[in-house]
Amino acid sequence: MKITSNAFRANSRGALQDRNLQDALGNLKRGFQEKRRKAKARLPEFEELQDHAVAIKEHSLDHLDFYLERFEKEVTARGGKVHWCRDGAEARATILKLCKDVNAKRVVKAKSMIAEEIAINDYLEANGIEPCETDLGEYIIQLRHEPPSHIIGPAIHLKREQVADTFREQHSEFPDARKLDAARDLVDEARHIMRPRFLSADVGISGANLLVAETGSVVLLSNEGNIDLSRALPKTHIVVASIEKIVPTLSDANVILRLLSRSATGQEAAAYMSFLTGPRGADETDGPEAFHVLLLDNGRSDLLKGEFERILHCIRCGACLNHCPVYGVTGGHAYGAVYTGPMGAVLTPLLEGLEHAAPLPEASTFCGRCEEVCPMRIPLVGLLRNLRVRLLKKKPDGLATRRRLGVWLFFATRPSLYHGVARLLLRLAAPFGRGGALSVGPRAGGWGRRFPVQGGPTFQEMWRQREKAKRP
Amino acid sequence: MAPPRISVGLFVTCLVDLARPKVGLAAVRLLEAAGCDVVVPRAQTCCGQPAHNAGDRNGAAQLARQTIAAFEDVDYVVVPSGSCAAMLRRHYPEILAADASWSRRAKAFGGKVFELTAFLADVRDLADLPERPGPKGPRRIAYHDSCAGLRELGIRNAPRRLLEKIPDLGVAEIAEGEVCCGFGGAFCVKFPEISERLAADKCRAAEKAGATELAGGDLGCLLHLAGKLRAEGSNLRVRHVAEILAGLDDGPAIGEPVTGEPVTGEPDAGEKARG
Ligand code: SF4
Repeated sequence: MKITSNAFRANSRGALQDRNLQDALGNLKRGFQEKRRKAKARLPEFEELQDHAVAIKEHSLDHLDFYLERFEKEVTARGGKVHWCRDGAEARATILKLCKDVNAKRVVKAKSMIAEEIAINDYLEANGIEPCETDLGEYIIQLRHEPPSHIIGPAIHLKREQVADTFREQHSEFPDARKLDAARDLVDEARHIMRPRFLSADVGISGANLLVAETGSVVLLSNEGNIDLSRALPKTHIVVASIEKIVPTLSDANVILRLLSRSATGQEAAAYMSFLTGPRGADETDGPEAFHVLLLDNGRSDLLKGEFERILHCIRCGACLNHCPVYGVTGGHAYGAVYTGPMGAVLTPLLEGLEHAAPLPEASTFCGRCEEVCPMRIPLVGLLRNLRVRLLKKKPDGLATRRRLGVWLFFATRPSLYHGVARLLLRLAAPFGRGGALSVGPRAGGWGRRFPVQGGPTFQEMWRQREKAKRP
Repeated sequence: MAPPRISVGLFVTCLVDLARPKVGLAAVRLLEAAGCDVVVPRAQTCCGQPAHNAGDRNGAAQLARQTIAAFEDVDYVVVPSGSCAAMLRRHYPEILAADASWSRRAKAFGGKVFELTAFLADVRDLADLPERPGPKGPRRIAYHDSCAGLRELGIRNAPRRLLEKIPDLGVAEIAEGEVCCGFGGAFCVKFPEISERLAADKCRAAEKAGATELAGGDLGCLLHLAGKLRAEGSNLRVRHVAEILAGLDDGPAIGEPVTGEPVTGEPDAGEKARG
């Protein structure tokens, strides 16, 4: 997708005015938080698992080349093929070629953030191949031509009535008067439309929650069972995965999976957990005849060993989004990028360039709730602060802030001067502050024009007087 | 038996110094009641958070060194703000990590820094609050936990335990109390609409808690919330927890007019706030 993160301010203003969005966000946020809290409470060893998971990730990233090569070896040994893709363009071209090789007209897709990152749908469509989503949320936003607004709930910004309206508009084969009030009605209708497509698709595309080096397995979670259909029915299956998804062993995968579902939806485990290991074997009754895995870098290897490496620990559970006060009132689309919320505010500038996502690192109160709930203990606030360090050095964005800080620091690092000036300023302000408030910042709208400040003596001044009075 | 007297350096914080000096007076009163000899080093200004959070590592380091040097002679450093206390205690050692000798000093310094209520309740185990000239009678106070205090220093029980020592005072819990009020330092100027919305949500939740007063340990959040409440004409009165604990809670609350004269600029909001 074309990113519009630089318009975050305008986007978020629009989002705050959007009644439907605000209703949708209010309900879902609370549901997610409550479910995660309970799931965590039910698992006494949750924090131990966190330590373990972080250690697994650290180890995997330290030996990334080794484990990726091992993964390739295992996939190949089982008759699959691994394709190394440096960036989105390479990944798109590879997918298109694989589709063309089998004369594909239609591909079915399971939900995948990487597919969004490389914008594969538009590309396939432009090349005469019809991409069909199999995840309900993805299907809904595909109908509406919208990007996902949440990493695990792509259509979370919508209310049921809006989805019903979209269905009425786009599913012209159904009678107008049909009932679409309940979630069940919507699911049934979508299923009715989607199922035949599974059967006629030539290629299935999915993402990966994890890649397991020792077995060459691709781990996929879903709650709709659609992933298995995208894998089992078409003759060719293509997995698109970013390189940091690798873990050494199946038992390592298990540690992360236990954290992932609980943090994401509050489930003990997702309803469907698939381990795709190569194409259909001679003694197997289903599965694809051809099995391809694209390993996408797209900027990630640049983050290794650097101050942002920890963001590669992210397992895309969405907990940081669900607990972020800013995301909670702006929703995901305001971030103008594939990845949203706190993890998106870190990752988007790193993948797309800070100049294309300058407002995101600043769009945080640093309340720290994201890192408190992050199962991988990613120091999101610290990473955002590191991005602000870069932002401050940049021209022209950082220049005004640098000047302001410079003036303030000049005084703040000269205490005597500072206290003198503070005293003087408050004297001058006193007559205006008697009403209890001073106007600050012409840009600060709403309450900000009346920041309550008293005016009068500073504390330091009062204290000096008290000390003087005490002296004999 | 009362613990032996100790020396405490008060880190006033720039906001208290400029916007609500009364909080400083209240802190001194409480610390003295807890058997501390209080000093207020003049070589302090701001903890450096505005620089730190704007990505100015140099500026933050300069202020960190200045603050550490100013407080080297005291047993404890006490701060009437969770967010500034966290800066001194947790962030200074990170900021100065690259310089071996300053890193050592920063760690030693960090170990003696405490937020005011945590210090009174946990370190000094304060038994009796100072004499109260303030209002008597039953009151219900909603307590706002500021993010840095709550998450970086784990402060939750200390202020409540202290407040409950006041006869007839009940602490009302704000629903979803761990959610940020939207202040965020420069955030509230850079994203005023989001900030205002979060403040509004917090104010509604505080009103629903059935309290007539809102207290907290961080002046930044309190100024922000008081500004919003006044703009709305709410009756909820906002005070720093130290003012209430020290019994210095008889004058105008945060954002209320100092005298009875009309409010500059927005007369009707002022009327309502006073009514
Ligand atoms: S940053 Fe942490 S909380 Fe956010 S999506 Fe990634 S793993 Fe989950």
